[in-house]
Order: sequence, then C-alpha cells, then structure tokens
Amino acid sequence: MSDMIKCVVWDLDNTIWDGILSEDENVSLKPWVGEMLDTLDQRGIIHSIASRNNQADALRKLKELSIDQYFLYPQIHWGDKSESIQAIQQKLNIAIGCIAFIDDQPAERHEVQMKLPDVYCLDAEEYETMIAHARFIPEKITEDAKMRRLLYQQEQVRAEEEEKFGGNNIEFLRSLQMELLVTMADEEDLARAEELTLRTNQLNATGKTYDYNTLAEFIRSDRFSLCLCELKDRFGSYGKIGLVLLNNTAEDIHIEMMLFSCRVISRGIGTAMICFLNNKAGATGRRLTANFRDTGRNRNMFMTYAMAGFQDTAVMQDDCRLLVMGPDGRSELPPYLTLLDQTKI
Amino acid sequence: MEIRKKVRSFIIDNMLVWEQDIVLNDDDNIFALGFVNSLFAMKLLNYLEVEFSVSIETEEMKIENFSSVDNICALVTRKKEVNDKAS
Repeated sequence: MSDMIKCVVWDLDNTIWDGILSEDENVSLKPWVGEMLDTLDQRGIIHSIASRNNQADALRKLKELSIDQYFLYPQIHWGDKSESIQAIQQKLNIAIGCIAFIDDQPAERHEVQMKLPDVYCLDAEEYETMIAHARFIPEKITEDAKMRRLLYQQEQVRAEEEEKFGGNNIEFLRSLQMELLVTMADEEDLARAEELTLRTNQLNATGKTYDYNTLAEFIRSDRFSLCLCELKDRFGSYGKIGLVLLNNTAEDIHIEMMLFSCRVISRGIGTAMICFLNNKAGATGRRLTANFRDTGRNRNMFMTYAMAGFQDTAVMQDDCRLLVMGPDGRSELPPYLTLLDQTKI
Repeated sequence: MEIRKKVRSFIIDNMLVWEQDIVLNDDDNIFALGFVNSLFAMKLLNYLEVEFSVSIETEEMKIENFSSVDNICALVTRKKEVNDKAS
C-alpha cells in the first residue's frame, strides 16, 4: 500500500481556498497552495478536483486565481466524491491506489474511504505535508514526468479529434500522421527507462522491473540491445513511450522485454515494433523469439504478440513462456505510421 | 445461428474497407484480406467475452481462432459448451 501518488484530487471550498464560493465571491487562496500545485506538477503528479459547487462559478474563480491550468478533468457537480474520483481514475487510466484526496470535511473523506479504501485521504489542514511526504516524491524526475500534464492535455485534444471520426478508427489513425522513432538507449535515457518499467502494467510483456544499474549494464553489453521508442504525431510528442530489450544471439533475436505506456494504447505501436524486429531477424537469417509472463493485467500484450504471428511453445524459461515467430509472421508495418530506425540492430 | 449473426455484424460494423461490392464470406481470412487490423482483435476479444459470457484463455489467443467468422464461431461455441457443462 505504498504506491507512488500519481494524482492529487482537491476539494475547493475551505481546502484550496478559504471560504465558501457560493456564499462569498471573494474567497482567497490558502497560503502556499500555488507553490504546492507547481512543485507537485513539476514532479509529474497530476492535479484534479472533486468539488460540490456550481461548475461555471468554480472554473471562473480558478481562472481568476491563475491556477486553472494545473487541473485535469475537474469534477465539479453535486454528486458523490467517490464517483468523481472514479471518473478521474478512468480518464487518467491509473490505479486507484495512486490517488490522493484532500478535503476539509470529515464526512466527505469518510464517504471516499468507505467506497474506495485504497485512496489516500488527507485533511485539508495537512495539505502542506504533501510536499515532504515520501509517496509524493519520485526517486528521479525525468523529462517525461515534467511534461506529464501537457501530455495529458494533448491527449484530450486527440480524444476530441477521434470523436469527429466516429467509428472509423483507421481514418483517425491516418489523420494523426504518426512517426515512431526507435533509438538505442543511452546513459541519459536510463532514468526514463527505469521509470517505464516501474509505471507500465497493461502493455508490458513480462511485468519485470529493472533498476538503473541493471539497465546501465545492458547498454554497455554487446549481447543486449536496449531500444527506446518515441512517438510523435501532428499534435506533438507523446514522449518516450516504449522500451524493448533484445538479447542477440547467432540464431535468434530474442525480445527479453517489451513494454509501452498505456498512453499509446490502440495505436498499434506494439504491432509496428514486432514487424520491425521481424524484418531485422529475417534480414540476418535469424528467428524472432519473445518472452511473455502472465501478470494478470497484460493479456493485451499477449494478444498483440499472437496477432502478429507469434506462437506459444509452452516452453518455460524461468517464469516466462517462450514465444516463437511462426512462418506467417507479420512483416509489413501498419500503413498509418512511419518508423524511423536509428538503432544498430 | 444466433452467434454467427452477432459475430458477422460486429465484424461488419468494424470493417476497415467500405466498397459496395465487398462480400464477407464466413471462411474468409479477415486479417489477410485487410478487412480488419490487429487493433480490432483486442476489441473483438472483449466483445466476445461480454456478449457470450465466456472467458478466453491465453492458450486460445491464436490468430487462427480469430481469423474468420467460422473460426470465431467455433471458438465461442466450444467455450459455451464448456460453460454449460460446468453449470
């Protein structure tokens, strides 16, 4: 129960500001709240809101106080706060145990704690403690973490765009003009690589985490290749969203680990990487093989492997199943994206 | 027959090609013909599990189980039989 906090959900009246907005237009921000919001934002922690208020009035006040830009998916209505928190959780696609909720009303905290026991609840009086609390301090702060709010905001724009295309998924994907850049990870990428192994659950073929030093050994090794994927489209960069560890032998290219951030789910990036590697293996007369370990949350990844033509050999290597690319393995990239290869595989 | 009808209409609703003269035969390989892509496979998996109350195991996630209307129906029918016996 000590997951890192990824999102802080704030109450407004007597929590972010002193006073009750519906009774007094001139509420004032509590001391240090602006600094707190900014500090946590810089650490890659997302802010949101669960408040019982008139939405238009509350949003106007947040703007007036110049803090509106910090909040994603604010839930301002008269419904239960546990429901607001669940809505935020689904929008951000994070685990409920990564959410902190701060409110001055014991009854509200109680309601949330009863329905969502994994949410970390704080009294508004304790707000200043967040800054020094271990669960709010990531070990390393990567470039991707600093950009996280911006990335989510871009994602909102994409989601609106996707709606315009109705059910026509392929036309939407084509309209994005995606570019997938694949590079060899270097020393500077290791903190992000480590973070990816820690934060990624759904699109993760093995669920294994690797610390900084282990990853550093891989990039120095002749046998292993550690590849990093960055995805861009016409709305901007998604950041460094994928990590692939290859074990190269004379006979095989073996995918020791492959993972992608859930931000790029439904973009076909996994399939693109498998095709890319399948071509590399074919060009050097080698087999493409892969590890898969069922974590209970990652069958999406198994399906991606299976649909690209991998076959399950039922052979276990330690705790991973060994998959081998079949003769009909997929070799053509999805038509709606361009892959830029800067690796030395 | 009910299964076949539902599966067919789900595939048609999600088809990537829209030409008047395209006919989807029940033994067509929907991936090879480019009717659907690998992203569709995940959507299909979720649809089958919810619609027919079956749970598809990792071992059954093979391309051949999803590659045509016939094969999808066979998979669902098999799963439902196992369910019926168990209950």
